[in-house]
Amino acid sequence: MTLLDVENLWVKFPSRHGVFDAVRGVSFTLGQERLGIVGESGSGKSMTGRAILRLIRPPGIVTADQISLEGEDLMQKSEREMRDVRGQRISMIMQDPKFSLNPVMTIGDQIIEAYRMHNSASKSEAYKKSLDMLNAVSIRDPERVMRAYPHEMSGGMGQRIMIAMMLIPNPQILIADEPTSALDVSVQRQVLSIMDKLVTDRGMGLIFISHDLNLVADFCDRVLIMYAGRIVEVCDADKLHDAQHPYTRGLLNSLPRLDAPCDRLEVLKRDPEWSKTPSVSARI
Amino acid sequence: MTMLDIQNLNVWFGHGRDRVDAVKGATFSVDRGDSFGLVGESGSGKSTILRAVTGLAPDWSGSIKLDGTELAGQREKAFYKTVQMVFQDPYSSLHPRHSVDQVLGETLYLHGFKDIDTRVVKLLDDVGLGGKFRFRYPHQLSGGQRQRVAIARALAPEPEVLLLDEPTSALDVSVQAEILNLLVDLRTENKLTFLMVSHDLSVVGHMCERLAVMKDGEIVEIMEVEALRKMQATHPYSQELLAASV
Ligand SMILES: Nc1ncnc2c1ncn2[C@@H]1O[C@H](COP(=O)(O)OP(=O)(O)OP(=O)(O)O)[C@@H](O)[C@H]1O
Ligand SMILES: Nc1ncnc2c1ncn2[C@@H]1O[C@H](COP(=O)(O)OP(=O)(O)OP(=O)(O)O)[C@@H](O)[C@H]1O
Ligand SMILES: [Mg+2]
Ligand SMILES: [Mg+2]
Repeated sequence: MTLLDVENLWVKFPSRHGVFDAVRGVSFTLGQERLGIVGESGSGKSMTGRAILRLIRPPGIVTADQISLEGEDLMQKSEREMRDVRGQRISMIMQDPKFSLNPVMTIGDQIIEAYRMHNSASKSEAYKKSLDMLNAVSIRDPERVMRAYPHEMSGGMGQRIMIAMMLIPNPQILIADEPTSALDVSVQRQVLSIMDKLVTDRGMGLIFISHDLNLVADFCDRVLIMYAGRIVEVCDADKLHDAQHPYTRGLLNSLPRLDAPCDRLEVLKRDPEWSKTPSVSARI
Repeated sequence: MTMLDIQNLNVWFGHGRDRVDAVKGATFSVDRGDSFGLVGESGSGKSTILRAVTGLAPDWSGSIKLDGTELAGQREKAFYKTVQMVFQDPYSSLHPRHSVDQVLGETLYLHGFKDIDTRVVKLLDDVGLGGKFRFRYPHQLSGGQRQRVAIARALAPEPEVLLLDEPTSALDVSVQAEILNLLVDLRTENKLTFLMVSHDLSVVGHMCERLAVMKDGEIVEIMEVEALRKMQATHPYSQELLAASV
């Protein structure tokens, strides 16, 4: 079942020196699946995620033939209607987790408020639920964390708190932008299994943006590989290691490996042709 | 010769029931020109150790020696010429209203450099950004681009010791490879000393000679990278971490 259908998405930033196209005609669909987006820094991954929620700040401009959420075109919605979509139907875990939390409010107050916005619950019920959520993302001493402020959290704790908060509305679609980049492997597994359950049990659609090719190959169903604002290759996640595009190969080859030490890591040799080839469609 | 010597370091935050013992009795030392890794559980005190070295942790006890000199109280300007840190969070570590040019230019100016223009351009090239990013503001940069500005800023004063907190976790693998190669080169050319936090064991394996594994505020094991490669950890937590990484 298709949850989201994105067709010919562009994100443009006009400036004095001309227009910079951060995303150039990207098309893909999302079903009840884990869709990975990988690609080098600046290739347009975050902008693609934000554009779906129409969260591109001016002077940035978003255009698309359609961005349909179960048949409703989000491009046609008013800002007010979009606010409901953002709160309820599509959640996004931003790449800058601590930035998205309110710095002058305790973690506990923020989670409780978010929980009560979506569920009719008394304060004490909401408090208990919030503790459960922090436990679920492997936060040690959750009581202390509830009383703490965002700046008192470690990098990985901030990420996990954001993940817990974004799951509260029980969204149909979760866009997770580098959600586990600061987590050690064991905590990372815990967090991924939560997202995984939501996809398998509740049929959520997950867009998983990550730099971690091994993780994406392991965890996702399909992968889009982005370069210079376009999709250069689409593949099944478990076939990522056999990917064909020289850019994808280059990415795979630049990984350091514990079992194969080397003095210098391979770096990508970019070919101008890569950015000229039209975007590959990932619509099914 | 020992460049950084940390003995029985304790760092805590807050009081009463909100007290957190973030680092408990950490002891390790790093020789000049060596690279030491800190790995371990999220929230186990890795960043706090780096912050304590730079004087950003208000409550601590124990001893931190830099090049034989005990560090105490407010760090002086000369300290920041010797020691620079790349923070974990590329978003909050850059001033939102300062352009890349201002960030780098001011750092260079503060440390008494004259040929600022040339150096700004060189730094941007070194971290793979190039001149076209020079007049951008943080909100016009992607996550990885910001992190590279932060790395360029740390390199600007030509420090002897670099404290790197997840320096490449916001970077894609090809930029990561470029930055790690750059760091390796700088280290060999200038005998830099690195103390580096990473959740990625293969990055630590590539960059470091030794590493400490942390859990819940404590160093549970210090090991050679050779042992890491051979999967020879002795503490159950490090064994678990290693097993989960392959
Ligand atoms: N406000 C802006 N004005 C101009 N260019 C911008 C602006 N915001 C972002 N960009 C550019 O858009 C491009 C895509 O950015 P995006 O944040 O999507 O990258 P990304 O793929 O998420 O990278 P990373 O992995 O580093 O987070 C980048 O080259 C960035 O510099
Ligand atoms: N300013 C602060 N006030 C109160 N507690 C703090 C503060 N800074 C850190 N802590 C606490 O200290 C502990 C260690 O945090 P630290 O940032 O050192 O962890 P970390 O090992 O770097 O984790 P991560 O890998 O997630 O970044 C955490 O429990 C955190 O909540
Ligand atoms: Mg991004
Ligand atoms: Mg940290």
